[in-house]
Amino acid sequence: MNRDELRKAVLEELTGIAPDIDLASFDDNANLQDEYDLDSMDALTLAERVHKRLGVNIPDQDYARMHCIAELLDYLEKRV
Amino acid sequence: MSDFLMPSLGADMDSGRLVEWKVQPGDRVSKGQVIASVETAKAVMDVEVFEDGVVEALYVTEDTDVDVGTPLARIGDGSGMGQAASGGGAEYGPKPEPATPTAPEAAQTEPDRVPPEPASPPASDKRSAGERVPASPAARRKAREEGIPLSQLRGSGPDGAIVLRDLQGTQPTSPKTRPTAGFDPAQMRAAIAAAMSRSKREIPHYYLATTVDLHAAEQWLADYNEHEPPENRLLLSALFMKATALALARYSELNGHYGEDGFVAATQVNLGMAVHLRGGGLVAPAIMDADTLTLPELMHQLRDLVRRARGGGLRLSEMTGGTATVTALGDRGVDTVYGVIYPPQVAMIGIGRARRQPLAVEDGIAVRLAVDLSLAADHRVCDGHLGALFLNEIEQLLQQPEAL
Repeated sequence: MNRDELRKAVLEELTGIAPDIDLASFDDNANLQDEYDLDSMDALTLAERVHKRLGVNIPDQDYARMHCIAELLDYLEKRV
Repeated sequence: MSDFLMPSLGADMDSGRLVEWKVQPGDRVSKGQVIASVETAKAVMDVEVFEDGVVEALYVTEDTDVDVGTPLARIGDGSGMGQAASGGGAEYGPKPEPATPTAPEAAQTEPDRVPPEPASPPASDKRSAGERVPASPAARRKAREEGIPLSQLRGSGPDGAIVLRDLQGTQPTSPKTRPTAGFDPAQMRAAIAAAMSRSKREIPHYYLATTVDLHAAEQWLADYNEHEPPENRLLLSALFMKATALALARYSELNGHYGEDGFVAATQVNLGMAVHLRGGGLVAPAIMDADTLTLPELMHQLRDLVRRARGGGLRLSEMTGGTATVTALGDRGVDTVYGVIYPPQVAMIGIGRARRQPLAVEDGIAVRLAVDLSLAADHRVCDGHLGALFLNEIEQLLQQPEAL
């Protein structure tokens, strides 16, 4: 899976949680909590969906260090 | 035999729209069973029946606005089938014969009804009580959310019922950004305005706050989550909820409802949680008996409640059964939140942002994760002294997360 495909998959899961996010203007480097209003429950749900869809179980400690989609994709790219 | 009335829908909501019957005359129902869906300004909610019995008549048709207290259905032992409605409103279609095991007529005709006729039910139709298109509740909800008439679909489920997969690939007729089922921002704002105005008009609030060291909770949680996959992980919120529920069980003056006869303490702790809806608005469904749940159970229910609050499927009992409520604005970056009590409750517990800050620890200063807890409580029922004991109880409980 290349980065574009990964990005598409992750953004699909993200909009499953936050359907109001406009993907056309989505900024991969924007802070998910501040810019897209994701709370801790949303963030955990995203990790859960990524685990289910891509089979990558991101440990809690690693996940806590990610704040934007770009960081999540960097992490996933090495593991998918 | 008794009439099932439109139940209370929560503070300052006088009516709701009956959007779906989930039973038909002749159906046997048991206490706690969901028999209808009702839409209010805040959500589409599942309504449960309070007794065992047989649905003898439905008085109200789907998509009707109904005032609280209006008879919706007659529940009896089945002997009242075919009798005239004792309550208000017209009977819901012709009265079917009591079901007998040897006459599964309705079931046999069901497959022929797909695809069903659109609208305008013929009066002589045997299935008129169930004139609606056969469909699973999930499919029905999704169709309603996306504005797709069920009558335009072909069902692939049992007996030709429309199931969720039949909706895949269909084009929603409403914008994709629509936040959640039955949720109109203007109506939501009006409902919040009514409840909160009543709260500030009637309830003499007092407010307290305290900073709680989360060092122990943070360590315990990191250890717990380290080897768990995301679906089994806990959030700090679950610890806050459990500690709060245990403290409410001990301080009953903060747990209950204030009605016409004054305060009545609740016998169980149904802990409400204010859930922010994307696109604006707020609902506060409750987790029943929260003090008796283990942390994983509580976390599971929290996830489920948030999911249903945003996607539809809350139960009316959850929306009106709360005995106290927690609001946690913390993730969004405020240190302290002071709540407005949700009537007829008498306490709102606020949880701020967990953040690192210098704290005095023994003889020194340490940088620790900490959170501001607040309490808004009804001064008609208790005083600040009790409120302070209550907040301190939560603080103490959070120092021993392994015991939660």
